[in-house]
Amino acid sequence: MAKFFAATIVVIAILSAIPILRHTWTAPEDISTHGALIDEQMSETMAEAGISFLAAQFILAFFVWKFSNRAPDAKLKKFPGGAKGLVIGALLVVGIEVMALGIFGVKAWANVYLDAPSANAMPIQVQAGQFAFYFRYPGPDGKFGGLHPELINEGSQNIFGLDPEHDVDARDDIVAAEMAIPVNKEIHLLMHAKDVGHSFFVRELRVQQDFVPGLDVSLHFTATKIGKYEIVCTQLCGLGHYNMKAYLEVMSQQDFDDWLKKQGQ
Amino acid sequence: MHDMSVPAAHHHAPPTSFIRKHVFSLDHKVIGKQYYGLALLAAYVGMGLSWLMRFHLAWNSTAIPGLQFLSASGAPGGVMTPEYYLQLMTMHGTIMVFFVLTTAPFAAFGNYFLPIQVGAEDMPFPRFNMMSFWVTFTAFLVLMSSFFVGDGPTLGGWTQYAPLNAIGAVGGPGQGTGVVLWATSIALFCVGQLLGALNFISTTLDLRVKGMSLMRLPLSAWSWFITSCIGLTAFAVLMPACILVILDHVAGTSFFVASGLVMNDQVLPHSGGSTLLWQHLFWFFGHPEVYIAIVPSMGIVSHILLANQRKQMLSQRVLIYSMGALAVLSYMVYGHHMFVSGMNPFSSLAFSFPTLVITIPSTIIVLIWTFSLYGAKLRINSASLFSLGFISMFVSGGVSGFFLAQPSIDIMLHATYFVVGHFHLVMGVAAMFGIFAGTYFWFPKMTGRMMNETLGKAHFWLSFVGAYCIFMPFHYLGMAGNVRRYSTFTDDFLQPLIPVHRFITIAALITGAAQLIFLFNVIYSRFKGAPAVDNPWEATSLEWSTATPPPFDNFGGKHPIVYHDPYQYGVKSSVGDYVMQTSPEQVETEFEEK
Repeated sequence: MAKFFAATIVVIAILSAIPILRHTWTAPEDISTHGALIDEQMSETMAEAGISFLAAQFILAFFVWKFSNRAPDAKLKKFPGGAKGLVIGALLVVGIEVMALGIFGVKAWANVYLDAPSANAMPIQVQAGQFAFYFRYPGPDGKFGGLHPELINEGSQNIFGLDPEHDVDARDDIVAAEMAIPVNKEIHLLMHAKDVGHSFFVRELRVQQDFVPGLDVSLHFTATKIGKYEIVCTQLCGLGHYNMKAYLEVMSQQDFDDWLKKQGQ
Repeated sequence: MHDMSVPAAHHHAPPTSFIRKHVFSLDHKVIGKQYYGLALLAAYVGMGLSWLMRFHLAWNSTAIPGLQFLSASGAPGGVMTPEYYLQLMTMHGTIMVFFVLTTAPFAAFGNYFLPIQVGAEDMPFPRFNMMSFWVTFTAFLVLMSSFFVGDGPTLGGWTQYAPLNAIGAVGGPGQGTGVVLWATSIALFCVGQLLGALNFISTTLDLRVKGMSLMRLPLSAWSWFITSCIGLTAFAVLMPACILVILDHVAGTSFFVASGLVMNDQVLPHSGGSTLLWQHLFWFFGHPEVYIAIVPSMGIVSHILLANQRKQMLSQRVLIYSMGALAVLSYMVYGHHMFVSGMNPFSSLAFSFPTLVITIPSTIIVLIWTFSLYGAKLRINSASLFSLGFISMFVSGGVSGFFLAQPSIDIMLHATYFVVGHFHLVMGVAAMFGIFAGTYFWFPKMTGRMMNETLGKAHFWLSFVGAYCIFMPFHYLGMAGNVRRYSTFTDDFLQPLIPVHRFITIAALITGAAQLIFLFNVIYSRFKGAPAVDNPWEATSLEWSTATPPPFDNFGGKHPIVYHDPYQYGVKSSVGDYVMQTSPEQVETEFEEK
């Protein structure tokens, strides 16, 4: 039975690795300027984690195979390296490995979160609420009107709680239920939640960020490929969570200008 | 420590009434069994819930016969509503994390065996110990009551993120009374665990018998001691957090609700609270909780493997220090649950490095276990198979931690099935395997009867292969971006992944059914199992030197004296290849090289 156990572990380990090696289930193609670094970090981590996984399972299988159900007069043996060798090995190999991953990963993280958006990044505001996303563009004046939660009224389509009567900046603001952006243009996404926690996840964009009720959060990214992508909520927000989504349309600058004009009418 | 020359005088007399003997018992062994029974009940409830969830995910418009009787509104005609899915999911997570993974390996086995392994008659505060169980049991009843009160249990997940947990019924079904019951249950649970931790710590430090130095404690005792130190601080943070949630519901406070939030076009009557405060408090408990669940199983598995490999560990000391390192680091890493939560992005980097560092003690522990098998004479039985399975699962679940420790990769994997696969393997299945191993190993001591080995091995094979079939594909789903906590997969990109979900569901149904073999084995063996001798595994620690099952005061009116390290296997002694901790016999090791 020990040999069967060892063989089972080996088979499970190999079968587990096959879909990874064949890329059966992977993230879709990256459409952002920052995503390549994340993908690279992912591949490197996969290589290191994969080797550790296979090595650990194979060694376990080998020892169980070799040292089970031995004859009563068989001699016990001690692993020649002893505990000291293993500890030093783990400290050096795993320590260097994880520190390298950590240090190299900083750059990928910094791209999205630590570097400030460029001055000419296009601001778009997104508001998350049970169970929809809404997007706001500042309009021709380039300024967002102020938000007044007490004025929010979905019946009259005042989704953001704008006050165009008293607030000049709000008058030309454009509100949409889908997000359109021009390709190769940096976007500065200003995020706030209307009610509870939500999240903004676009797999192709390599972007995921929670909305924090009571806190303004921002992100910046540049999409490099025209197409239509799903924006989904990843933070449990209530009974309709599974169905909370919107579409991101990445367009040519011309198409975007036309779209925005149409929304503004 | 006690004086060896004085016969033991038990500080509470053996009970005579049924109630005092079996219900409100002060005996740590009875309390341990009560905890075990509670965990067993909770585990099967939790597993039943996972069956319902998995079935719904695979075939979400198909009726589950009879489900409408559990909740007419949650499952009209037997078809689960999205909100009822979330309610069952929340209950599954809460029951499993608290009432199974914390209760069985720590509170149940620890209660039964820690005092015996240190040579004590009982814990120092038996009334606190009794209270600890009954408070925990009450917590379980309060949680279960939410199935039947108002609009059902909370749907906010076992993490109960703010402000959904604090705004009341307006947040959705179960967010009013359901949340209050949840928070009350968990606050009570914390009280139970704090009382338990005090007893465990003082038992370990103060009640060791003569000769039982700290380094002579079995690894299982060490793991319970380390876990109780973690629990003492972790539950002490969760309890007030739960109380604050209750106050937000019943006292009009706003600890976790910010100003200006709008539901149904109405501004909520709250102001000034912090959403992220809950996450910090919860994960300050939540990450150490992972180690509360897994460290006892590490100790149990080490204890069992040593008895079955018939040789000493490469270094017990290194294993103890590594478990201690996990405990200390567990408080410095919790922010990795919050990389994309909106906290300062520099904090994410600050939490990332300790998280990566925690792989070092984890790796050392795995290496010590594995390389200790080198040159062993490993005995294969249900207990050792589950222990070996534990190592395999711990490795498989652990390596995915490499990914989740890095904020940049977490952007892609956060809140996906990758995370679900990771924690189910590393703290769910692995800890369950520790519980199973402990049960097969200690059942004879606890009941006086052996468990059936054939059934045990069948249980192992189905569970081992089944758990991999369920949880390995979770990682693949997560890599493809499959978001967790969805009751139905409506997004375009999720459609191609539904066949994978169906495969997982079939595996889960079969693996779940295999757990019924275990239940049958426990019940059958309890009454009809072959009688057990005092030391069926030829093991060395103190629990095997007393009668089976142990007498009321554990050692029959005497204090044992300890002469040896806990794992003197591979020696030449008068009884065989081992020497008991209580035997004064001087022995030589049997190794080729000395």
